[in-house]
Amino acid sequence: MTQVLYYGHPLPGLADTRLPGKLIVVEGTDGVGRSTQIALLREWLEANGFAATETGLTRSELAAAGLKKAKRGHTMGDLTMNLFYATDFVDRLEKQIVPALRAGFVVLTDRYIYSLIARAQVRGVDPQWIRDVLGFALIPDAVFYLKIDIDHLLPRVINSRGFDYWESGTDYLRGDDLYENYVRHQTLLIEQFDAMATEYQFHVVDATRNVPEVFGDLRAAISTIVADMQAPAESGVSRRRTRRRRSPAGAGRDRSGGPRGLVATSQADTQQPGATTQGARG
Amino acid sequence: MATLPDGTPLRGKLFIVEGIDGSGKSTQLDLLHKWLVSRGYLVAFTEWNSSPVVRQTTKRGKNRRLLSPTSFSLIHAADLADRIEHHILPALRAGAIVLADRYIYTAFARDVARGIDREWVRAIYRFAIQPTLALYFRVPLEESLQRILVGRPELKYYEAGQDLGLSDDPYEAFRLFQGRILAEYEHIVAEFGLTVVDATQPLVQQQARMRRLVTPHLKGARKVQHRPWRGVLAREGLHGRYLNTSAADGEQGT
Repeated sequence: MTQVLYYGHPLPGLADTRLPGKLIVVEGTDGVGRSTQIALLREWLEANGFAATETGLTRSELAAAGLKKAKRGHTMGDLTMNLFYATDFVDRLEKQIVPALRAGFVVLTDRYIYSLIARAQVRGVDPQWIRDVLGFALIPDAVFYLKIDIDHLLPRVINSRGFDYWESGTDYLRGDDLYENYVRHQTLLIEQFDAMATEYQFHVVDATRNVPEVFGDLRAAISTIVADMQAPAESGVSRRRTRRRRSPAGAGRDRSGGPRGLVATSQADTQQPGATTQGARG
Repeated sequence: MATLPDGTPLRGKLFIVEGIDGSGKSTQLDLLHKWLVSRGYLVAFTEWNSSPVVRQTTKRGKNRRLLSPTSFSLIHAADLADRIEHHILPALRAGAIVLADRYIYTAFARDVARGIDREWVRAIYRFAIQPTLALYFRVPLEESLQRILVGRPELKYYEAGQDLGLSDDPYEAFRLFQGRILAEYEHIVAEFGLTVVDATQPLVQQQARMRRLVTPHLKGARKVQHRPWRGVLAREGLHGRYLNTSAADGEQGT
């Protein structure tokens, strides 16, 4: 995340910021097992000496309470709900995610803008508009998409918390049959995620398998991503060497490359965090 | 007429007023409101930052100083979205005249004054209904400051733009922030073709001009019988002391 990339316009005041941490997103539909995997990953990262933190939707200090209250009363229209979620997201981005990345944390994010885009699109919101609204999002170091089909999803949900009003899309499907709404809504959501997997270069993980198998995949991939964080404090000599070795194949930068079809506002400076010297300019 | 973003015309009319604090736009809109009601029109009024669903969060953000320029922008967009979905659009579909005290141009001016990208703030408000008539009350900075700051009122943190760190003195911060907003409004007037009202003119003249500007757009707007019980009161010699007149005569919220 040293080189900060945005899908649209950078956040005010963050245009030239260096963020040595790693932003790792776990995406996927409701009940697929994201929070279980994040809990395991966080503990595993910490056990290996990495400072890790987690964040998820509707957890902002600013908007979480108001958003939950508005959802309880089902009082929001689609536009309002999207903008309210965007407010919650930017508050967490600015107050939790960016400060943690700046401090060098591995930030595990339970859902990101992709869930917001999927939810907006199944409700018929203009796809370009929602992408523009969320254009201030940092491009993550990796997005792991826990992919599942409706047949594998159903028993898990019934076995855990049952069908939820919002997770069944009852706000827009209007029907009385919660089961039917759930199947319809989740099928549509999964289609949206599948389409975004290409658009945003998701790392697709087969989540129809059991928890240890999914964890094994995530652990292996994340090990590679965080590998460059383990380098010992660099001396003046190795600093120069780092700079000379700099190439487009560098692991961290490679992954934060902009996805196709989107304008990535790249911060021109692509040096390693420790490599700033006057000679490196220009 | 007012139109949806895709160009679909709506039966009702949307008249909006813009201008910096102290431009006198709310006074003029209030006078227009009363005049339209007296002429028998069905009128709905809406003002910036008043959505019942979103407002509490905005208030929380302001009181606790939680808002960044971007979250400030988004929460105000959510506020307008809610008012459009639940108040403005239904009223326009029904053929009412909707009067809005501040509209998207307030966001364009204030948010950009806070450092938000011009294109981005225009993009997020793409859902907004195109107003029938947008009036900009133009006033010199010093004149508006004199109107507002007389008596040294307490300025709120965000109102004074203190989140931008322009000055430690709230009055100086307010002056600088309002100056930025004013400059941004001038771009907006040209970009969106807002109709300029000279807000240094006597109030009576401004109101006369406002009515002249609005009149050509009133054809087709729905009328309603205000105080329909009036005849009964006269005939029966009643006072109507149990009637909730302020809620029933279309003048609420003024």
